[in-house]
This record gives sequence, structure tokens and C-alpha cells, in this order.
Amino acid sequence: MSDVAEQVTNPMGPGRTDLGPSERVFRRDETSAVLRLSEAEAAVLAGGADDPPTGDVADQRMILNMGPSHPSTHGVLRLMLEMEGEAILRSKPVIGYLHTGMEKTAENLTYLQGPTNVTRMDYAAPLFSELAFSLAVEQLLGLEVPTRATWIRMLMCELNRVSSHLLFQATNGMDLGAVSMMIYGWREREEVLRFFEKVTGLRMNHNYIRPGGVAADLPDGWQADVRRLLELIPPRLDEYDTLLTGQPIFRGRLQGVGVITPAEALALSATGPILRSTGYAWDLRRDQPYLAYDEVEFDVIVGTHGDSFDRYAIRQNEIRESLRIVEQILDLMPAGDYRVQDKKVTPPPRARIDESMEALIHHFKIFTEGFHVPQGETYAAVESPRGELGCYLVSDGGPKPYRMHIRGPSFVNLQTLPHLMEGGLIADGVAVISSVDPIMGEVDR
Amino acid sequence: MTDPAAVGADTDEAAGGPTGPTAWGVPVTESFGQVVLHPPVDRWFETVAACRDDGYVMAIDLTAVDYSAHPGRTDLPEGVGAERFEVVASLLSHATGGRLRLRTQVPESNPEVASLFDLYPGTEAMEREAWDLVGVAFSGHPDHTRILMPEDWEGHPLRRDVSMGRIPVQFRDAPPAR
Repeated sequence: MSDVAEQVTNPMGPGRTDLGPSERVFRRDETSAVLRLSEAEAAVLAGGADDPPTGDVADQRMILNMGPSHPSTHGVLRLMLEMEGEAILRSKPVIGYLHTGMEKTAENLTYLQGPTNVTRMDYAAPLFSELAFSLAVEQLLGLEVPTRATWIRMLMCELNRVSSHLLFQATNGMDLGAVSMMIYGWREREEVLRFFEKVTGLRMNHNYIRPGGVAADLPDGWQADVRRLLELIPPRLDEYDTLLTGQPIFRGRLQGVGVITPAEALALSATGPILRSTGYAWDLRRDQPYLAYDEVEFDVIVGTHGDSFDRYAIRQNEIRESLRIVEQILDLMPAGDYRVQDKKVTPPPRARIDESMEALIHHFKIFTEGFHVPQGETYAAVESPRGELGCYLVSDGGPKPYRMHIRGPSFVNLQTLPHLMEGGLIADGVAVISSVDPIMGEVDR
Repeated sequence: MTDPAAVGADTDEAAGGPTGPTAWGVPVTESFGQVVLHPPVDRWFETVAACRDDGYVMAIDLTAVDYSAHPGRTDLPEGVGAERFEVVASLLSHATGGRLRLRTQVPESNPEVASLFDLYPGTEAMEREAWDLVGVAFSGHPDHTRILMPEDWEGHPLRRDVSMGRIPVQFRDAPPAR
């Protein structure tokens, strides 16, 4: 553990202080990689049928729209690309196509209904948004959840990390033309989702982690299901390695593509695999442990070059680390209650309602008015598969959040995109988008 | 989540302000073990710059809150007057693992804050979002445009005086309810 303490003080590892250059992300003029062009300005540049664009004919630059409906943009990401031939000069992610005002919606839902809302943000890793929200609410309430609830949350989140990274492997393969990988990735992810369905009732959008604990205890025989996953997935990961990791074409598409330095990643607030791909070891699970991550052993996977291949390899190995954590959880899962028995926060057991008038009243109050949360503001962060997912919560003492803000890692990480694509080819742009792995539900919220 | 001991050292060093504890020359409070600084809006940029120089290498989050429907909040230190808007930034130091939250009061009459782009380029999208949704302007921002709402949208949806909005559903051709 001693070298862990040393790494906390220096995430680059002992003795390494060079974070590389970062000047290029600070540029604000037209030499910047970010194409800071509004819709209206672009329309003027494009002109109309009777108003063709004028200017220097020798200037071969053009502005190309990619998306929002494009198979490689993972949903509805739209990119404005300034191209010269095949090369990308500047670019700008145009987002908001999936904006549904979820932060506004949260102000009109009770704290108990909150997880149903946030779970729809990062739909590939829904449990993490629920967890961040629940942790924030519990901080405001001063609530201590039972140990079993904490460990169930950890189990589910780590399996969710596996399913999310498997989804990445699938779509990353698809974007690069390795279509077989798409089938395999989705297939293995489905195995994990089947377990989720058994536990939460749903494949996605679980609303399982709630303030006060989790919605239901793990079903009988859950150990056998988890053990089956632990036996099933590692050999498949080895198959992916055979299929992709060592393959020259695959490596050629990813290595040296979309390079970022640690200093640039820090300046751009990038977290998760993007930051770690630069060799910067920062993982909230290890460095600011929440739940019970300080009681399990795992390694933080880092890269060296900060390129797309490192980001691929990190996610591949993070699946293995997550499975390692899950294996330990199997042995360490404590007995006990799956949610806190606080009548003001969690509904009473069904049987109590028939016997006790107070239980009936509490049940009724929780589901109509909701429970009141003391005044205050707090920020809770968890390490989602895409980086730091934070929930900033302000309460005015009422039963609904006064303000709920989600710090979505996809939203922030998307800012690295223009810098990663700068000077590259448009075909590499697809590899870069894929390696950033944005989930548009979380970007737009 | 924060390591209060690491930040506490700074607090003691800079203590001695007239109205309670200070850090980096601005009032400091604690919220659930998290350190919260309250710089005045005209010292927003320089306070963040001082924090960055002290090892807070990353601006994790930046958002804005409209407090118009919750005027009587009690979590502000003495000497900090509540205003309608508040810009909230979270900084992270990897060396100490410490987190800082900076909250500045922004008056309704002049909802403008200095952009942090030159310190942390990663705040570019977050500031655009705060402008788009809450309507706090950021002076010196390189691309001060809407980000989530359409470019020609009027208003700022996360302000409390903007209603949720409902479209009445009229089932004109639907058969009458049985």
C-alpha cells in the first residue's frame, strides 16, 4: 500500500514530473483546434443557391457537417469539421439534440423519484448516476446506509462498468470496421444485462439505487448468476485480445491517433480513461474511496501514449479489474438490510402496512409528498466508466431538490474531441470519437 | 470526499479576516465536510487563479444556480450578501486529493462573471451551459453561445421564473371516454 500513497501525491508515478505541453488547448483565436463558429455564421459562409460562397478559389478549406444522424456518432452527436482535403483542421461538437431538460425535471420530482430521472442520463451506465444522486441526498440527510446496501451498490456498479465497457468494445469495433466485434460485445453485454433484469426488473434505466439503500435485495441464487458471469466473460476477453489487440490493422488504426498529453487532459478537465490513457493514475475509487472501495483490491489501469489504442486497452483491462472486484464482493458480501430502516425515508415493509396505522401514514406520505431534506448544498462524485460523475444538489428544505446538477463526464470529455482530431484524417476522426466514448444522453441531459 | 486537514492548513494560514475564517483571502465555510469558498464576484478570477497556483490542477465542475425562489438561505458566511444568481465551481487537487467549491454571488442587475477559460480551458463548455440554461454571462469567454438549447431560443430554462411548460394535449379525434 505504500506505493499507493506515493502515487496519490504524484499520479504520474514516482519521480515523473513532466506533464507535457498544454499550450494548444489554451488558444482562443482561429489557430485553435476548436471551430468557434455559430450556426448563423456557418449559414452565411455556406451561402445559398443564388448566393454561392465567394472568396479565394485556392483556399480549399470547407466546412463539413457530420451527424447528428451518423452511425459513428453514438447517437446524435453532430460535428462541424473544417476540412482541407481529408485532413481535419478545426472542429466543433454541436450538441443539444437530446436535451430534454432533465435538470429542470429534477426540480419537480421528489427525492424518491429522482433516480428515475437521472438514470436516463448515461443510459449505458445508469447505475452510476443513481449512485451519485443517492450519495448526495444521503449526505444532505446525514443518512448512513446499511453495509449490505453499500456492497450491493458496489456489486451492481462494477457489473455495470463491465457492461458499459463491453458496449464500448462493441461500438469501437464497429466504428473501425471490425464488425464481428460488435456482435461479440453486444452478446456479452446482454449476459450482464440479463443479471440486471433479474435483480432490478429492467435491463436499463433501473431506478435501483435509491436514497437510503437499494430498491430490493438481491434475488436468491444471485451468487450462482454472478459466478457464471465471472466464468463466462474472462475467456471472451481473451478472445477479443486474439481478435483485436494484437492485430496489425486494428493497431494501425488506433496507435498514435488522437494523442493527448497529461497537461492537456488536466486543463480540459478530462477524467476517466482519457486522463488515465496519458499515464496519469487518477481513479476516484482508489484516490477518494466512496462506498467500500477501500476494502477491495484492484489496480488502476493507465496508458503511456495518450492515444486511442491506450484508451481501448484501458477499458479492456478495466473489465478484468472490475471482475476482480466482483469476485471479492462475492466473498465479502455482508448479511443485513438492503436499505435503511428509517420510516421517513424508505417505505415500510408491505406487511407492516396492514398492522400499523403509522406505517400506512408513512407509506402514504413518502409516495405523495415525499420526504423533506434539510437545507444545504453538497457535491458527491463517483467514478463512472467515463470518468468523474458528480451530482451537485441544493436543498431548500422541501421534498424536491431546489437545484440538481449532474457533472456528466461525457459532456466534459467531449471538449477534448477537437484537440484529439486536429490535423488528423477524417477516417481517424471516427476512431477518435469512438475512443472518447461519449454517451449523448449524458452530454445533453 | 474532501480531506479537511489538507485544506485546513491553508485556512489557518490565511485566517485573521474580520468576519470569520478565510482562505485565499475570501470567507470560507464547510458544507458536509467539503470546503466552500465565497469570493466576491469581482475577485472571482483571481481567487480561482490563486487556488490553481496552489495545486488545484483541475476545474471539475462549473454551474450556476438561480436562488430567486429560495431567498432566505442560511449557508452563506457573515458579510456575504445573497444575490439572485450563484456561480459554483469545483476544483480538485490531485496532490492532496482535496476539493474546493467556490460560490460567488452574482446580482440580477448585472449577471456577469469573468470566464475561467484562461485558467482552465475545460470550463469552456460548462460556462456555455451555465449561460444557456441559467443566463449568467461570462466575460472574456471565447465562444459565448448557447450549447444545449437552439441558437435562436429565448430565455434561460433553468431560471426559476421559467415554468416547466406543458403542451395541452387535445384528443380532438379521439373517441369519447367510456
